[in-house]
Amino acid sequence: MSALPVAAPRAALSPLVRLAAVNKVFSNGTVALKAMDLAVGDNEFLSLLGPSGCGKSTVLRLISGLGEVSSGSIDWPRAGTDATGEPQRDLSFVFQEPTLMPWATVLDNVVLPLRLAGVAKTERIERAREAIRLVHLDGFEGAYPRELSGGMKMRVSIARALVTRPKILLMDEPFAALDEITRFKLNNDLLELWQSQKWTVIFVTHSVFESVYLSNRIVVMAARPGRVFSELAIDAPYPRDESFRTSARYAELCRVTSESLRKAMAQ
Amino acid sequence: MSAGTRDRDDTAPVFVQEPKVLGIPRSAIPKILMPLAIGIVTLIAWDAVVRINNIPYYILPGPLLVGETLIKDWGTLYPSLVITLQIMGAALTVAVLGGVTLAVMFSLSKWVELSFFPYAVILQVTPIVAIAPLILIYVDDMRLALLICAWIVAFFPILSNTTLGLNSADHNLRNLFQLYGATRTQELFLLRLPAAMPFFLGGLRIAGGLSLIGAVVAEFAAGTAGAGSGLAYRILEAGYRLNIPRMFAALILISLTGICIFMIFTALQHFVLRKWHESAVKREN
Repeated sequence: MSALPVAAPRAALSPLVRLAAVNKVFSNGTVALKAMDLAVGDNEFLSLLGPSGCGKSTVLRLISGLGEVSSGSIDWPRAGTDATGEPQRDLSFVFQEPTLMPWATVLDNVVLPLRLAGVAKTERIERAREAIRLVHLDGFEGAYPRELSGGMKMRVSIARALVTRPKILLMDEPFAALDEITRFKLNNDLLELWQSQKWTVIFVTHSVFESVYLSNRIVVMAARPGRVFSELAIDAPYPRDESFRTSARYAELCRVTSESLRKAMAQ
Repeated sequence: MSAGTRDRDDTAPVFVQEPKVLGIPRSAIPKILMPLAIGIVTLIAWDAVVRINNIPYYILPGPLLVGETLIKDWGTLYPSLVITLQIMGAALTVAVLGGVTLAVMFSLSKWVELSFFPYAVILQVTPIVAIAPLILIYVDDMRLALLICAWIVAFFPILSNTTLGLNSADHNLRNLFQLYGATRTQELFLLRLPAAMPFFLGGLRIAGGLSLIGAVVAEFAAGTAGAGSGLAYRILEAGYRLNIPRMFAALILISLTGICIFMIFTALQHFVLRKWHESAVKREN
């Protein structure tokens, strides 16, 4: 067991999504991403770790289809295409903010993606209730977002993401605004969900400790222009819990990752 | 992670149930009592000034005489009040329908907004007293002419507020709708219109007061020549006859109408937004 700066090989075989030589230049001339290569495989928990301005959020937005690449390609080798030729990405996005509709109850917020997809009413409500149960918010279906704490809002946001049963979950610094206690709790819940739901997660963070705790692979990115600096395999076994968080192994992995991040920032 | 470690109540805001007196929350009582006290003091002072200086009623009637006139002339004033209310209500209804429809069109097409918004502004910045005489010439039906005048002033706050509201839906929520492949209709009804609601209601509150002003101003512009018989007409008519108490009585009815409209729309705003909007939330800090 060691944290080696090598790519996890399983992603390369049959990736879910593959970025090849992706460049992204914003209209103001900023080079957000340069020659970005990344392959993400089944059931990976991949963290993109880097300083602000390294383009890690841009990677997520490009993968989700919210922006266009300037050059290079993003392939979905195993996904079909819809009527407009867009790949059927089958993903969900969790933003840094909970991004809930303040005028809608927890249930209505969670049900939204199914409603937009035209799922029948009884089925979508049943599925939304199940998603709310999975994030331990049952009993709060009728509450409005303003009645909830920051952590609970984020749980609603996660429930909304998982209600469509996606293959890939994209998370853009979802816990950055939460206090440490709540963040640890949500980390544990997220890992539990990841294991039971067989997702692939791409998780953007600027916290070394969070990325090591959650991921089985960390991509360290450097800024100006945003690019991959190094990759680390985190081979500690799951399930991970508080005993892992306090272990010498965890401390060692954090040290190696910090070192890599420091080098990336010194570039 | 067991279900036992939910973070249900870590930092969730607490909503306080206030003790009530006569069905009114205790903190609201000074809000009612203080203006009421000022009003009573003013009335007493008014009455005293009239009595002490022996001011004749055709120059300044005392409050009691105004009240008496209000009751005595109710047969004349009430039909006028109804007419003013009808014009206002109709103008406001058309302003809401037109304003919201146009705002939705603006939000759906940048071209429509670019083409029409300047004209909406022109309509707004031109004083209604200046346009009213022209409208009164071209429109034969007096009521319709008054309605158009009231509509012109009530229309703009609804249009501009709703347009602002429709465009201020949260950026990430818009991305979310896009991600889940929402149609434009879904985005309009599930995201943009609810997000615009607080803005629209704010506009409605302003428009309510303005529609009354528009109706009254237009009637003044029409003068006694017009066959209109709303409250403004009664003020003009009473003025020519030097019936000062009736002028005051009609004025009081106009003010009361304005106050009622304001209160109704404030209550509506609170009722619609009480569940979710910051403006309607009371927090204990």
